[in-house]
Amino acid sequence: MTHADTRARYDELVQPERVHGSLYTSPEVFADELARIWYSTWVYVGHVSEVAKPNDYVRKAIGPQDVIMSRSADGEVHLLLNRCAHRGNLVCEAAAGNSSSFRCAYHGWTYRNSGELVGYPFHQGYGGRGKLDLGLGRVPRVAVHQGFVFGSFAPDGPSLAEHLGDAAGEIDRLVRLSPEGEIELTAGWLQHRARANWKLLAENETDGYHPQFVHASIFSVAESGIGALYGEKSSAVTRAFGHGHSENDLRPEFRRLGAPLGWFGTTEERMPGYVAAMRAAHGEAAQEILVEGAPHVMIFPNLFIAEIQMFTIQPLAHDVTVQHVTAVQLKGAPEMNRRMLQQCVGSVGPAGLLLADDTEMYERNQVGLGELRPEWVDVRRGSHREHVDERGHTVGGATDETAMRGFWAHYRELMTR
Amino acid sequence: MSSVVDLDIRTVERFLYREARLADEHRYEEWEALWTDDALYWVPAGSDDADPMTRMSVVHDNRNRIATRIKQFRTGRRHSQIPASRLRRVVSNVEVLDEAVGEDVVVEANFVLVESRERGTHVWAGRCTYRLRLVDGELRMSYKKVALVDNARVLPTMSFLI
Repeated sequence: MTHADTRARYDELVQPERVHGSLYTSPEVFADELARIWYSTWVYVGHVSEVAKPNDYVRKAIGPQDVIMSRSADGEVHLLLNRCAHRGNLVCEAAAGNSSSFRCAYHGWTYRNSGELVGYPFHQGYGGRGKLDLGLGRVPRVAVHQGFVFGSFAPDGPSLAEHLGDAAGEIDRLVRLSPEGEIELTAGWLQHRARANWKLLAENETDGYHPQFVHASIFSVAESGIGALYGEKSSAVTRAFGHGHSENDLRPEFRRLGAPLGWFGTTEERMPGYVAAMRAAHGEAAQEILVEGAPHVMIFPNLFIAEIQMFTIQPLAHDVTVQHVTAVQLKGAPEMNRRMLQQCVGSVGPAGLLLADDTEMYERNQVGLGELRPEWVDVRRGSHREHVDERGHTVGGATDETAMRGFWAHYRELMTR
Repeated sequence: MSSVVDLDIRTVERFLYREARLADEHRYEEWEALWTDDALYWVPAGSDDADPMTRMSVVHDNRNRIATRIKQFRTGRRHSQIPASRLRRVVSNVEVLDEAVGEDVVVEANFVLVESRERGTHVWAGRCTYRLRLVDGELRMSYKKVALVDNARVLPTMSFLI
């Protein structure tokens, strides 16, 4: 098929209120997505706190592509392809570490942690020392917002700021929960495999319709107030930011409650050190920050911040996705961090009281979608009651599929470009 | 330090085999009753000894959260266990270590566990560390750590009792 043919095809497969099931089940669609989304748009890769010291490195990924996130001695963060420029061997085997260079085990080629080739054995074979100008491949564009490192394989295109748009403000809302204005990802990652298409995960992250059903078991036994946030009577909203980003904005409910740290299921009295540090750092604004809490935002295509948890979605094939998850840690807030970690561990990952059931749903969805009878998936919920807010974003009710429609509108744009 | 409780290996094995069978057969209440009040059920992630107070774990349940986990199964709406995984594990290489924690005897054993679900069959394996204690003449566990051989890799859903 020519490019024009496939453009017309995606125009047809993604419609405003329904999408075609083959988008989740076709290896050809997945190959197109790698080219037009994962290797074109901005993708979240890692956080600067994961390479805190000079010469720190960590292995990351953009889709199936192995990427090394390194910090050179001058403090700059690099995204390098984990592939020797000579014969393609991995140059970095360890998951993380500290080194000023990477050395290929196959023929001993050595690269600086900023990607330049520094040496190769038996140089006469290349006409003498310094004659080769091969370096490690690199992600052409790297940009950082509040310590969140994004990469884009497209050498040109919208800036990260343009890509994030107003969704950047949600990252800002997260970091201002730290008395020092920074988060850290230092707790390591759980890696949870779903035999399902990555878009099922991305859609579900801000789907406010499912929690009361998928998570009824834990809501009922843990006496959580979360279920009520996603009900027909909730004043929370779902917002599509454009560029495929979306959020469940729970602030109306938390404001109604008016209790500092109510969003986190605790009280000021139980977190006295944190509350004092926040009031010292933010003055009068602290009250609002403590009441409104953390964002619940999906940044297209792969970063999901669920209050105290951070997820990255990594697609490996049309029907295999890895969800990486860690607890957000707030710089300067040790008592909050202990509790955030333990809550996060209870909720997410392969044995999580919440997420194991989401993953079950993704996998059952994938099985059902494979049937392709009927062919279409419906995403019309709430489209008759949406409105556009003062910033120009589409807003629906707490349980509406406004976020999903925003995701698909952007998907269609990228896939038909 | 020698243990305050003198347990022979057969007594230890009988306990471990029973614990394994109750978990395999989803006999949640009987399994829960094996725990002491100060229980800790831990499945590390990333490495066998990542500090659970600062690093992510697959499971890090105190006694209260073990109870919540069991209650969740009993709601009949723990979807990732509907239908329940078919499970059978072999427990072997049982060793009573020459150390004690308070009044608890420290025991280690290897396991291999086959899980069958609609998504397919998965083999789980690792080494468990238990702390066993006599409470009113009955053996109980105060600690179970499950060091999975693949705890640094990508894992499928593991919502049964491992």
